[in-house]
Amino acid sequence: MHILFEPGFFTCGPVRVALVIGAVTALTSAVVGVFTVVRSQSFAGHALTDVATTGGSGAFFLGISPLLGFIGGGVIGAGAMDLIGVQRIRSRDMATGIVLGSATGLAALFLYLDTTTSATTGATQQILFGSIFTIEPATIPLVVILSALTLAVIGLIYRPLLLSSFSAELTRARGINLRGVGLLFMITMAVSVGLSSIAVGSILSTALLIGPAAASVRLTNSLRAAMILASVLGVVATWLGILFAYDSFYWIPSGQALPVSFFIVSLVFVFYLISGLDVVRRNLGWLKAERLTTGSTPQSALALASKVEL
Amino acid sequence: MTNIPVLEVDNVGLSFSGRRILDGVSFEIHGGEFTGLIGSNGVGKTTLLRVVLGLQRPDHGEVRVLGAPLSPRSRSLGYVPQKVVIDPDIPMRARDFVALGLDAHRWGLNRRTAHQHELVEEMLHDVDAERFADHRVGSLSGGEQQRIFIAHALISQPKLLLLDEPLANLDPKSVQEIVALLHRVASDHRVAILLSAHEMNALLPVMDRIVYLTDGRAASGTTDEVVRSEVLSKLYGHHVDVLRLHGRVLVVAEPGRDNDDIPQHPTLTIK
Amino acid sequence: MFTGFMANAWQAATIVAIVAGVVGFFVVLRGSAFAAHAIPNGAFAGAAGANLLAVNPLIGLGVFSLGAALGIGAMSRRGRPDAVTALTLVMMLALGAAFLSQSTQYEPEIFSLLFGEILGVSSSQILPVAVLGVVCIVAVAVLYRRLLLTSIAPEIAAARGLRPQRIETAFLVVVACATTMTVPVVGALLIFTLMIGPPAAARCFTNRTERAMLGSVVIALLTVWMAIACSYETNWPVGFYVSVFSATWYGVGRVFVAWRKTHGVHLE
Repeated sequence: MHILFEPGFFTCGPVRVALVIGAVTALTSAVVGVFTVVRSQSFAGHALTDVATTGGSGAFFLGISPLLGFIGGGVIGAGAMDLIGVQRIRSRDMATGIVLGSATGLAALFLYLDTTTSATTGATQQILFGSIFTIEPATIPLVVILSALTLAVIGLIYRPLLLSSFSAELTRARGINLRGVGLLFMITMAVSVGLSSIAVGSILSTALLIGPAAASVRLTNSLRAAMILASVLGVVATWLGILFAYDSFYWIPSGQALPVSFFIVSLVFVFYLISGLDVVRRNLGWLKAERLTTGSTPQSALALASKVEL
Repeated sequence: MTNIPVLEVDNVGLSFSGRRILDGVSFEIHGGEFTGLIGSNGVGKTTLLRVVLGLQRPDHGEVRVLGAPLSPRSRSLGYVPQKVVIDPDIPMRARDFVALGLDAHRWGLNRRTAHQHELVEEMLHDVDAERFADHRVGSLSGGEQQRIFIAHALISQPKLLLLDEPLANLDPKSVQEIVALLHRVASDHRVAILLSAHEMNALLPVMDRIVYLTDGRAASGTTDEVVRSEVLSKLYGHHVDVLRLHGRVLVVAEPGRDNDDIPQHPTLTIK
Repeated sequence: MFTGFMANAWQAATIVAIVAGVVGFFVVLRGSAFAAHAIPNGAFAGAAGANLLAVNPLIGLGVFSLGAALGIGAMSRRGRPDAVTALTLVMMLALGAAFLSQSTQYEPEIFSLLFGEILGVSSSQILPVAVLGVVCIVAVAVLYRRLLLTSIAPEIAAARGLRPQRIETAFLVVVACATTMTVPVVGALLIFTLMIGPPAAARCFTNRTERAMLGSVVIALLTVWMAIACSYETNWPVGFYVSVFSATWYGVGRVFVAWRKTHGVHLE
């Protein structure tokens, strides 16, 4: 046990901050991610991480908290995508790709300016790959509030969101503003991507958004079960990642720790691969026992997801 | 006309997911013949064409082209698939696509002789495509694209041209035009044609032979030989009547039987 | 601007642009946007690994790019779903970050690998880069007609015995080769803008295949030259200029297409 938990792990201040922030952001990403996956909006999710990168690096340059930059960039991106109408369309890959490319190019510029104008170093690695151990404890309340708000919004639009994932016509027929729901959801995606960017960095936050979600959608039969399982997977991956990164400081001869985000992404990746193994699917069959009813539409939302190739 | 058949399909069988799609299908096509492969949707026409092209291997049986076993690289077969979607953003003119029919199999950059350019011009003329030859392939209408694909397949002078459901989704006038075009082009270029369709009436004026496919089994011969009550009843396994009216053929099952497996135009079906 | 170590930069940039223009033409034709993202991410991990092992970066770039290319080929054949491909992309980046964390030059290395470095190719590497470039171009030239037909009408190509699967694998290997030599200059995260922008723009201006490819090369050259010049003057990253100029050319192309449509003008 001593080997696993290197000295000072639980008493180290930054580690505690990391554990809290990591858990909260992973949880939010996992829950939002389940809907992303079910609605086949992984491409939009990935696009949001690019604009979050631009936002984060720009904020760093302007001396604003990167968290605000990540979220701000993402929200602006969500709005722009809604305007252009790329919510469910991934066919304009080339065009979107080029636009995202310029956003990333802009991020490159900001990061360059960061390193030459400010006294701090390591902007690139912080923004892109995260710096969970150097987060100010004072950010915790903000992160918790934003996460809570995001989850509350999901809870609020749960039924319309679910319905609109099945059928656009049904949603409209019930007088629900389809586009409004879609935009609101994009914004929750932007916020969760922004939040997890401070933990694992913006270009890796896709992993926390879709990894645990995709794995759990494969293994469960109801949205609620998927959200719970995804949260568990996300938080476990994050905590273990923090642990291993901390330990790697002691394990690695040169004394250079490996980045937390590397461990978190690897664990998420491994969890996803494991979720695909038949032996796992068979033995976790009990997870599929739960059935979903959303009021008057007694239908398994994940029957829809089964149409989505995962 | 040589004596060796251009195409011999010899007792070909193919099963998929427990279903017998093709069950001992045999027929021959000789040089210059226009053959219609008739069968209702889903009966296995595309599968049969794919087997003939060598894109799918049958469970048993053999396909021979000009007496020799199939080789994908033999250029004796030309193919026009059912639905080809081409992005209108792709920078290739119709005439360039036809030219590719000559030499897409060659290595190296485009090096086309004046003679080859002439061949392309002639081909475009033959299929009535000069009007839109310089337009992008992807921006052509369905009917225009079809002519281009036919030209592309024909320019390498195959002995047999296979077309998969070229008449589906066409209005009656276009159907007549394409059938006439194919007939003309086939005799001009001395190429045999095997064309699949779910309705035989449009082809009656030009068909030399028919291969009638149902439930994996086929009957082949001239229209008069095959489209008869006795022959088709045996094929279907239940009684069907064949009526001839105003030069058109109508195949009707007994009352109470499903007419779904009888290939014809929906408005001709009698319940 | 043109002497001394900058001479390297111009030579490297020119080769990079020609290869990106030629290979990118087919990337766009085949719609291989995913490969264009994924292979450079692999290249990043490879370069980072090479940096750690103090090995020639071209080797790391080459090995990992090739691995990524073949992996993509295998995954597409088996119809691999979206999630695993997205996660693999991200995994490569994380791996690269891990490798770099162990080197002493963490920050500058990350930056130049991801966003490009005007002097990303040292003078000792110009020759290998040029050789790789020639290999790419020759490969495309040899496969040219087959590539065209298998990209545009794979069914017809298959019926003619052209084996679209094999051509796909060969093409991915060419993209890997192109990535190996272009990433040091333009950066792993931004190279795809150079491979996609100029060809997508060029085909807005002509119907003819050869002209579109030539246009792709010309636009790529202009993009890279302007990027190098601007980067030299301002010290801002090359990748930034490449991505912005590529997007601009693409925008110009689409505007031209829209103008053409409303005025009923037909292209040559």
